[in-house]
Amino acid sequence: MSSSLVYAYYPGCSGLGTSLEYDRSTRALCAALGIKLIDIPDWSCCGSTPAHTVDHTLSGALSARNIAQAESLDVQGIITPCPSCLTNLKTASYRMRDEGFKNKVNKLLDTPCRNDLPIMSVLQVLFEKVGPDAIKNKTTIPLKGIKVAPYYGCIMNRPPKIMNFDDCENPIAMDVLMEAAGAEVMPFPLKVECCGASYGVAKKEMVTTLSGKLLDMAADCGATSMVTACPLCQMNLDLRQSQVNRANKSHHEMPIFYYTQLLGMALGLNDEDLMLNKLCVSPNKVFYSLREPQRAEAS
Amino acid sequence: MKIGVFVCHCGSNIAGTVDVATVAEQARNLPNVAFASDTLYACSEPGQDGIINAIKEHKLDGVVVASCTPRMHEATFRKTVERAGLNRYMFEMANIREHVSWIGKDVEANTRKAIDLVAMAAAKLTHDQELTPKSFSINKRVLVVGGGVAGIQAALDCADGGLEVILVEKTSSIGGKMAKLDKTFPTVDCSSCILGPKMVDVAQHPNITLHTSAEISDIKGYVGNFTVSINRKATYVDNQACTGCGLCMEKCPSKKSTDYFNEGIGTTTAINIPFPQAIPKKAVIDPEFCMKLTKGKCGVCEKVCPTSAIRFEQQNETIEEPVGAIIAATGYDLFDFTRYGEYGGGRYPDVITSMQYERLLSASGPTGGHIKRPSDGKEPKDVVFIQCVGSRDKSVGRPYCSGFCCMYTAKQAILTKDHMPESQSYVFYMDIRAPGKLYDEFTRRAMEEYDTKYIRGRVAMIYPKGDKYIVRGADTLMGAQVEIEADLVVLAVGAEAAKGAPQLAEKLRISYDNYGFYMESHPKLRPVETNTAGVYLAGACQGPKDIPSSVGQGSAAASKVMSLFSKDMLESDPQVSAVDIKRCVGCGKCIQTCPFGAINEMDFRGMVKADVIETICQGCGICTSTCPQGAIQLQHFTDNQILAEVNAICQMSPVQNYE
Repeated sequence: MSSSLVYAYYPGCSGLGTSLEYDRSTRALCAALGIKLIDIPDWSCCGSTPAHTVDHTLSGALSARNIAQAESLDVQGIITPCPSCLTNLKTASYRMRDEGFKNKVNKLLDTPCRNDLPIMSVLQVLFEKVGPDAIKNKTTIPLKGIKVAPYYGCIMNRPPKIMNFDDCENPIAMDVLMEAAGAEVMPFPLKVECCGASYGVAKKEMVTTLSGKLLDMAADCGATSMVTACPLCQMNLDLRQSQVNRANKSHHEMPIFYYTQLLGMALGLNDEDLMLNKLCVSPNKVFYSLREPQRAEAS
Repeated sequence: MKIGVFVCHCGSNIAGTVDVATVAEQARNLPNVAFASDTLYACSEPGQDGIINAIKEHKLDGVVVASCTPRMHEATFRKTVERAGLNRYMFEMANIREHVSWIGKDVEANTRKAIDLVAMAAAKLTHDQELTPKSFSINKRVLVVGGGVAGIQAALDCADGGLEVILVEKTSSIGGKMAKLDKTFPTVDCSSCILGPKMVDVAQHPNITLHTSAEISDIKGYVGNFTVSINRKATYVDNQACTGCGLCMEKCPSKKSTDYFNEGIGTTTAINIPFPQAIPKKAVIDPEFCMKLTKGKCGVCEKVCPTSAIRFEQQNETIEEPVGAIIAATGYDLFDFTRYGEYGGGRYPDVITSMQYERLLSASGPTGGHIKRPSDGKEPKDVVFIQCVGSRDKSVGRPYCSGFCCMYTAKQAILTKDHMPESQSYVFYMDIRAPGKLYDEFTRRAMEEYDTKYIRGRVAMIYPKGDKYIVRGADTLMGAQVEIEADLVVLAVGAEAAKGAPQLAEKLRISYDNYGFYMESHPKLRPVETNTAGVYLAGACQGPKDIPSSVGQGSAAASKVMSLFSKDMLESDPQVSAVDIKRCVGCGKCIQTCPFGAINEMDFRGMVKADVIETICQGCGICTSTCPQGAIQLQHFTDNQILAEVNAICQMSPVQNYE
């Protein structure tokens, strides 16, 4: 791994708001691992979920504009932490392989999109380009005693034809990285189940049911925390955990980390970058178990 | 030369989009054509009689029939002209159905094209020569490849018919998939009890030579005279000396060898007899796990064997067998369910295949017929069966129906209740396909008498929860999602072509479809023949088949071999290459390009010349287009005949006519 990893970085809207800690920890982790990130100049919203339900060309153009902006940079590809942004970028890029669609999209843009940059999630770069061995070598505080259930969400690997990363039914990228950082990864069978996504606003009971299932299963599997790669998944499981508990009469106190936060901890990054205080469910209990064995070793 | 032209209506098949009367009328103006008419069905009895009468009445020297593809009726019409006293090769066919009427609706253009094709055929006919087939003797031995139930039936029928049979089986025992089954549908009779006696018959039949642990490595020759190379893998046991006492199995310390017969449930000893009814009942050493062969230590079996049958130094050997006909009965393989990631893809121990379940049900299986979960050995209560795993699913490249899964799932559901009366079975199905005799009644019995819950819909995912599995799927009749807690999940895996089937097909020179299943000559009318004379098909190598169909086809293939062997001499096709010795310069290019090895070098008065072995030549014509001298010519398709066709079409139709 060298400093030759240079990527155009697309933080996405949530990275500036609801998942500020994801964005910050991602930047810090990348810096620590020698990945240079250049923010896409003047990036705009990818249209998220609403755009593609209205107009495919418009949705394609929103992402194509960001891709075109990145094409002015000297980078190896475009990366983003958010699976939803990733889906939009990759879907737009996939559709633009059709010349007809590409022409329609380019008509809406000032600068035409070449569509030749690879687009990846930050997770994919960490897994495929950096690799678990590099994480292991750089780990200073192994995540000993942290029993974690990796949760990928439904769109990180789907549809496989477009996302083209890991296994769409049983992804392992986060599992492997977590293990490299010393955590105990629990066999979590609902890795790619839906958390209820944006129904938290429209139909809350859908989220409390679906996210409740995930929390129940993680607890059943013996996990004391969950790790996610998606801002929406994290929000549903973390922010709404008390709502889920109330609706299902459960008593979960399951901290929900971004995988970048946990990897950052293992690499010894500081609290300011990890922003663990942003989590709604306090991770202190888990950290106690993390420090316990080390304390025992010290004494 | 006097030529007769007969234009066939083929009902409305041709006459619907071709003006056949005009074609016949135009044909009358062609050079050498003495007679032309249109006829409703040229292949019918009155149609053929009309051709015969015209030949006699007009003293015709040759006949053109413009009708369907030569693959359909060329042989028919050749016989017709022969009956009228002409040589059978003084006949030409113009394909105005597949090449004209079926592919275009423009009557005018079709008619013009039909006239062109007739003109070409007539022009070629003026250059046709009378050809006479030669006859050659045949070797009345038959090779059966594959020792499953289809191969066994074919071998027994041939042997009972007095033929000498060579039966080659890849594994160490015959019996195939059927030997692994516990019971058979729809009679629920014991599979090994009905197959066992047949297997014994094979072993004891004086006309059958059995080669197990053997594969076909090469096939040379042609119908009546094949030479087959059989590669016998080393089993490290002398089959003559081994009595199958099993003492070696008791003492063998290496117990990690994969138990293929029990579908990988559990392991077996490195030296083993796969199952009690194995034929031949001889021990075989798995070289991967034998400590003597891998590490040079042990040799316990050698010490305990009462007949000193162990041969650690045994090598693979190749034997050659001359045969006159070959029956391919290589069967099928089961779909690899690990490709369904959403079903656990091999990660969950209690998600098993139907064949593994079959072994759990079997009294001779690894659990002695007690249904136990592989993970903890507990008896399951709720068993979920999932159908169409690797069948009717385009996304895994298996769009075809495997045919027998509906039935064996019903059988397994019934047996589950028999074994465990307190259990409850669920079946996720797409459609129930039970078209055989007593089949539908059988599936109904599973639903009505054995209280199996049938749920119509695909399963989306399976995941473990505690020590149970949650099976989540759709109930498309109810229009709702359903979740069932199961102790054991059985995947009804579909059938796919046997591994190595395409490679064997290349050796046999027969065709196979996209999925590797062997193609029959005609899907309806020649279901056991292949496009290579003397090679026949039996059983599931042709497509998924249940036991009754496989047995039926095994017998059918045997009867085809016997009718082939009922003659002492076979006629060779005279449409083969012939060398003009005077022109041949002996360059040998034809020898290199011939895909069948049908051309040899020969010495002709001290000069090297090419020589065609007529019985091997398939008449493909590659040599004729290769020969720089034009010295080698394909009889009935000579350069002159083809040029005559080209000239005819160039004269008839200036290019602009087609625009």
